Amino acid sequence: MEEKKTAWERLQIVHTKGRPTVKDYIPMIFTDFHEMHGDRLYGDDKAVIGGIARLNGKPVTVIGQVKGRDINENKSCNFAMPHPEGYRKALRLARQAEKFHRPIICFIDTPGAFCGVAAEERGQGEAIAKNIAEFMAIRTPIISIVLGEGGSGGALALGVCDELAMLRNAQYSVLSPRGFASILWKDASREQEASEIMRITAEDMVKFGVAESIIDEPLGGAHNDLDKISENIYEYLAAKIPEKCKKDIDVLLKERYTKFRKIGAFIE
Amino acid sequence: MFEDIFKVVTKRFNDGDNDEYKPPMFKCPRCSQTSPLVRYEELHRVCPKCNYHGRLSARERLQITVDKGSFHELYETMISENPLDFPDYAEKQAELRQSTGVNDAIVVGTATIKGSPVVIGAMDSRYMMGSMGSVTGEKITRAFEYAIEKSLPVVIFSASGGARMQEGIISLMQMAKTSGAVKLHSDNGGLFISVMTDPTTGGVTASFASLGDIIIAEPKVLIGFAGRRVIEGTIKQKLPDDFQLAEFMHDKGFVDMIVERRKMRSVLSHLLKLHEFDKKEV
Repeated sequence: MEEKKTAWERLQIVHTKGRPTVKDYIPMIFTDFHEMHGDRLYGDDKAVIGGIARLNGKPVTVIGQVKGRDINENKSCNFAMPHPEGYRKALRLARQAEKFHRPIICFIDTPGAFCGVAAEERGQGEAIAKNIAEFMAIRTPIISIVLGEGGSGGALALGVCDELAMLRNAQYSVLSPRGFASILWKDASREQEASEIMRITAEDMVKFGVAESIIDEPLGGAHNDLDKISENIYEYLAAKIPEKCKKDIDVLLKERYTKFRKIGAFIE
Repeated sequence: MFEDIFKVVTKRFNDGDNDEYKPPMFKCPRCSQTSPLVRYEELHRVCPKCNYHGRLSARERLQITVDKGSFHELYETMISENPLDFPDYAEKQAELRQSTGVNDAIVVGTATIKGSPVVIGAMDSRYMMGSMGSVTGEKITRAFEYAIEKSLPVVIFSASGGARMQEGIISLMQMAKTSGAVKLHSDNGGLFISVMTDPTTGGVTASFASLGDIIIAEPKVLIGFAGRRVIEGTIKQKLPDDFQLAEFMHDKGFVDMIVERRKMRSVLSHLLKLHEFDKKEV
């Protein structure tokens, strides 16, 4: 059993060196993974990995944000902060999956979309917006899993799905707690306070209707037992994917729209 | 969010002294030059020196855009709750509703533009920097759903710093909700004209505002995803003055046309008429 932890304690777990990344999970969960590269428009963004694989023997498309396990990997994958071409690669692979009737599995693990000159010049806003809108209508089941950090629009661009699962210690937020504190209070050092007030835990996401499931992590966090956490993710997917594939696609799309449609807190 | 770049310099004459009367002045946030405030207001808040198109309230925007008396507001009583129990959020909103006369960062409704019927929305940057929370997201979504039902085009004037921080993840989900509705409207053959005004940034740029069939921007307005200071912090360099202005985004291919405020109504009317036809005749 997992003891109750604060949002801040969980953030420390998510940032623990050695926490498994999508590259650790792919060989543990899937077989026959073939990586595909590039958005066919500009380049290949290493902050996003994508390809075709088998889950329990059946073909699936896998897309995920890549965190580095050391400084060299992080340089290459830009600390999991995609440029527009990363999002456009994801969309290309999603359309490929739709054409060949493969379900899509997205792994979210990003502090946010990259904030830089080239990203702006190539339309970061447009790339994210396009993914959000198009994923809403992709005619094949989509399951997204937040592995660690689900930061802002950069996470949502892989987060429009039929069902969202959170690893027990993962967070999903409108902005990093640090960014939140520096914008609202002009004081980035109030990060811990922000992390508690923002409601960013897996349980919060289920409560708000943002996530449907929580995948348990081994005691102390995913880094303590890669076999166990991979097995937990595998079992979740092996149960969910066939369930979603059985549904009539028009019903599934209507439910996908409704899942997001009903989120909001207002009175009239 | 972005610093308030509206710096109106008002110099009033000291009573008691026999100083010369100095009229209130407007200092442009783009060219830093000053002009008499009355001149700036006469031009509907366009800088007489550099043509920067300043900010309008939602109602001012609607007034200069739609046919007189044609606007019927929809969902006007909707107000936000406080899903995170964020300190002072409810009080701040009550104050803003009082001082701005709008119930959140957007006003939506139906209207005609030179006779063409539209569903129209105008964001209001005075209301928490035009940030998108539950109410703004819900109103935009409903506007598109209403437009689908009535087979109408949609025109939205964006002016926003992005997602509403005080509503946390709920705000982020408004990006999905609104974009989903735009997609549905689009798949039903609907026309969406997105007009980006000062400023169009963050979660609004990364959702519905970038999904227009036609994207128009006003001159010299700020358009971007990330904030300028955030980028400068990342690259440790100062960015050129024209970075993320409408003209820059136009050059990069993300804006179809830059239209001056005085011509906006007529351009919108032409575009709407070009899309009006009896679908059965095709």
